[in-house]
Amino acid sequence: MASKEVTPTDEFVKGLWRDNPVFVQVLGMCPALAVSNTAMNALAMGLATTFVLLMSGLSVSLLRNFIPREARIVSYICIIATFVTSVDYLIMAISLELHRALGAFIALIVVNCLILGRAEAFASKNKPARALLDGLGMGVGFTFALLFIGVVREILGSGAIFGVSIFPDSFQTWTVMVLPSGGFFAMALWLLIVNRIKLREIQAEKKVQGAVL
Amino acid sequence: MRDASHWSIFLNAALINNFVLAYFLGICPFFGVSSKLETAVRMGGAVSFVMLVASVCAYAINLLLDFVDAPFLRIISYIMVISSTVQLVEMLMKKLSPVTFRAMGIYLPLITTNCAILGLALFQTNRGYNFTQSVVYSLGAGVGFALALVLMAGVREKLDLNDVPELVKGTAAALVVAGILSMGFMGFAGLGR
Repeated sequence: MASKEVTPTDEFVKGLWRDNPVFVQVLGMCPALAVSNTAMNALAMGLATTFVLLMSGLSVSLLRNFIPREARIVSYICIIATFVTSVDYLIMAISLELHRALGAFIALIVVNCLILGRAEAFASKNKPARALLDGLGMGVGFTFALLFIGVVREILGSGAIFGVSIFPDSFQTWTVMVLPSGGFFAMALWLLIVNRIKLREIQAEKKVQGAVL
Repeated sequence: MRDASHWSIFLNAALINNFVLAYFLGICPFFGVSSKLETAVRMGGAVSFVMLVASVCAYAINLLLDFVDAPFLRIISYIMVISSTVQLVEMLMKKLSPVTFRAMGIYLPLITTNCAILGLALFQTNRGYNFTQSVVYSLGAGVGFALALVLMAGVREKLDLNDVPELVKGTAAALVVAGILSMGFMGFAGLGR
């Protein structure tokens, strides 16, 4: 993936759309569904994951020549767990309320396959600057995906966005969207939209190729 | 939670707060291995087994960490100890009982650092369960996981035979089915109090 012609901007942008971790690679689904019941929780979770992605990507990339191949997964997990623990304590220091809302899911960032996946597939083979860019792109893509799901669930489920009510009182809230099953439905909805766009892109490409032939 | 009876802990973990359908833990294997009924049963068995091992490990580590007063090492030590114990058990199983190993061995490495496993360890610590409560909790969680997986596999096997639009095939259809299953499991709320 990291051939010479890949520009730094590409490294960043690919996480946003082409290789979006949640909608395209379908990685890190557990937190994406579990803490996206309000937009605020989704944003906090996304930022925490981005931080861990950035720091672990940087560390893995810096240490890539020192980590023996046989022990690499264990070392990556150690590095990731260290940063997750610090994020856990950081969030506790910033807002106890938020920490309670996110619960054990901050600690569970450590087993988010997205982070280990990027460490293994990208950071271990690239220079620190590129690993940082890749981590940032993936993190922002993940945050946006979470935010999209969270916004849909909060608007439909409690008629509000970031806690601010946007509908008149007569609006009947769809309680199911705040409940666990709403997470599945909101995620399915976004996947359908993304699939639709991707399918159209492929069809358009085929048409162009057909015209050339 | 300390005084909760074992039966209610079991019911709570298996049905009311099902790990997959209410807590969203272990979603990756849930979608990954739920396309065939037979593999789903084996996977469910393997996850239940690892959960039991993880629960016992986590209880022991927590005692040790409390003793040396280092709660900040919890996440890292849970992961390390659970994954190495599972690997050890895997080797033992290969040696002692090749039949069981063949039945669920290939899934073991996949699930050692699954979020359902770590989540179970963290939840039982947060709730301050004692040893027997932890074991019952892990059994309940394992049964609940296996149940969700088997139900899902049953639905997906039928779904394969139907004419589904190209757009919805795969993950999107699985997500909608999971959502409906999750709504069904909400019916268990209030059970066993």
